[in-house]
Amino acid sequence: MSWTRREALLGLGSIPILGTVWWAGASGTVGKKRERETILEQLNIQPSLPSAVPAVSGKPVRVGIIGFGIRGEQLCRSLGYATDEWIAAMEEAAAEAKREGRPFTALEDFRNQEPLNVQITGVCDVFDVRAEKAMRSFGTEDAPVKRYNTYTEMIRSGEVEAVVIATPDHWHAPMSIEALNNNVHVYVEKPMTHNLTETYALKEAAANSRAAFQVGHQHRQTLSFKTARDIVEKEILGHVSLITTNTNRNDDNGAWNYDIHPEASPQTIDWQQFLGSAPEIPFNKNHFFRWRKWWAYGSGLSGDLLTHDYDRLNCVLKMGIPKSVMASGGIYTHRDGRNVPDVLQANMEFPDFSTGSTQRKGKEKGMTFTYSATLGNGFNRPTMLMGHDASMELGNRLTIWPDGGSTRYAEQLEAGKMSPQSPIYNYNPAASALDGVSSATSQYFADKGLMWTYVDGKRVDSTFLHMREWLSVIRNGGTLSCGIQEGFDEAIAAHMTGLSWKLGRRIEWDREGQQVIPIEGVNLDAVLLQSPPGVGSLEADVVAAL
Amino acid sequence: MSSSFKAQGKLWSLALLRVLIGWHFLYEGIVKVYNPDWTSFGYLATAQGPLKPVFQAMTSEAVLPWIDTMNWAALVFVGITLILGVLEKPGALVGAGLLLLYYLAHPSWPGMAQVNTEGSYWIVNKNLIEAVACMVLFYQPTGSLFGLPRILSRNKATTKTELS
Repeated sequence: MSWTRREALLGLGSIPILGTVWWAGASGTVGKKRERETILEQLNIQPSLPSAVPAVSGKPVRVGIIGFGIRGEQLCRSLGYATDEWIAAMEEAAAEAKREGRPFTALEDFRNQEPLNVQITGVCDVFDVRAEKAMRSFGTEDAPVKRYNTYTEMIRSGEVEAVVIATPDHWHAPMSIEALNNNVHVYVEKPMTHNLTETYALKEAAANSRAAFQVGHQHRQTLSFKTARDIVEKEILGHVSLITTNTNRNDDNGAWNYDIHPEASPQTIDWQQFLGSAPEIPFNKNHFFRWRKWWAYGSGLSGDLLTHDYDRLNCVLKMGIPKSVMASGGIYTHRDGRNVPDVLQANMEFPDFSTGSTQRKGKEKGMTFTYSATLGNGFNRPTMLMGHDASMELGNRLTIWPDGGSTRYAEQLEAGKMSPQSPIYNYNPAASALDGVSSATSQYFADKGLMWTYVDGKRVDSTFLHMREWLSVIRNGGTLSCGIQEGFDEAIAAHMTGLSWKLGRRIEWDREGQQVIPIEGVNLDAVLLQSPPGVGSLEADVVAAL
Repeated sequence: MSSSFKAQGKLWSLALLRVLIGWHFLYEGIVKVYNPDWTSFGYLATAQGPLKPVFQAMTSEAVLPWIDTMNWAALVFVGITLILGVLEKPGALVGAGLLLLYYLAHPSWPGMAQVNTEGSYWIVNKNLIEAVACMVLFYQPTGSLFGLPRILSRNKATTKTELS
């Protein structure tokens, strides 16, 4: 049989099919990529690189720990010190995860953490069990960890150069001020203070001290936030008129109902020292371990969780203290005797703030920051920055969507090169990392970018970076990411929210006078510390059920 | 309907199936080749079922680039062989193997979360069906009907005729 057209068609016909499919796949992919590149080029966003921190050289920094509870232990781990109990618990958890085929990397991450040039030399905790745990786990024969009965003894001992303060909120300022007055470096947990007067006093003390002062907002090390700052500066979002931030937690741990230690008693706890300036009440384990639920020692959602969200945005936008705050809410999900709200909405007004404008000059100015929280629902509501030109979701990942009514992107939207449904930018440093998160509360913090950041695709504990920066500044000098000004902004914003909720009225900030505008006949500090009338007192049937 | 017409119809249907499966594989492969950002990380990291540890182990930094390369290379290989009808038996085998791996990474078994799937499946899904179709192609090659072997075998036959 000779060659025919039919034979050629059936023999060679598969080649054009192959070519067509190849061409379609290649040109489609390359074309999409080119379109994307054009948009990215135009946006010109520079993903942030980790800041180079000079090494903590010389003799190890001698650190004293004040408060060795849940957060105190976490901070020590970031310094490279884990308790025997934690290591045993993590080994068990890792084995269980392995059996169930889940990733679980807490212990591995801790062991891979870069060593910091520090030595924990002292501990101060009013609960014997905790102080002894630190001494046993961290001390060696050559380098024992000394227990101090009071923070003043530790700070004035001359044996610690720096202190880490992880106590209940009402102790943050007195301890920080004492340390700064003695030129002892301070790393203090948030919120920085518990009332207004001590906030002003602490600012003064920091200004007059040679010591380095860092507030524990570790997310300032998160690279996505630094990248977000670049995005805002390049006016990619246009004028941001609204920011929505949220807390949704729905578990006991998230509602601050922490475990009560079986060995807790008036014999093992120095109750008077715990109380400090708080109202005198008889020994109460519930108050000791779950202090975040009472205004006398803690500050509820506004001090504990709003501060994270406020400072995340203050880190990105540098918007400072709001001109006014209005808050509302109540105790709706955990009626267990607490007097801090568990549902809280706060609106902060920044009428003079602007992230830039792409419209007629003067048309846009001012922004509202809202914080909406419940401890009775765990649905994840993302943090959104809503601008005239684009919306951005802020977390460990960043996603930007163009807005349908944008001025800046009007042409591309018209030409179909952009659509409000498709992100124009996506920053996901975790795309090639597996995260083993152990609890709902850690997931809550992880999603917000509060637990770790990603450096070269690898997960790094942001608290570690935050402490490393502090130690480096102690030895080498330099600027801290969350120093006194950032802490001051955060504390004032939190206290304004607490006051507004308690008084049921608008609280205003006097920028020139640098103080919360006084309200005639009201002692604002007293209001902050007290339980609002009727709040936290329960009906007989609820008490009986507890 | 004559029996030869039936046999012809069967073979032509199989040839069409071969080209379509090849098309599917080639396009999936090419899209990955030309997209340097593509990675199988997400697919492997979210793997389910009994082989979950195996697939998750593939996401390690040292292994992942190899897995990614092997994946697109296998896709393109299957695509080319099935479209052209050259080496169609090895192509069909690799295709079936690859699809079974995809199936096992995200099995549509009761109790397993279905991630990123369109449609509803119970045990059987499209990956499994396409894998079985590849097995059919393995047992019934059609390259000499439609594809390069038609010309190659014709040439061979012609040569043979001339030689004899």
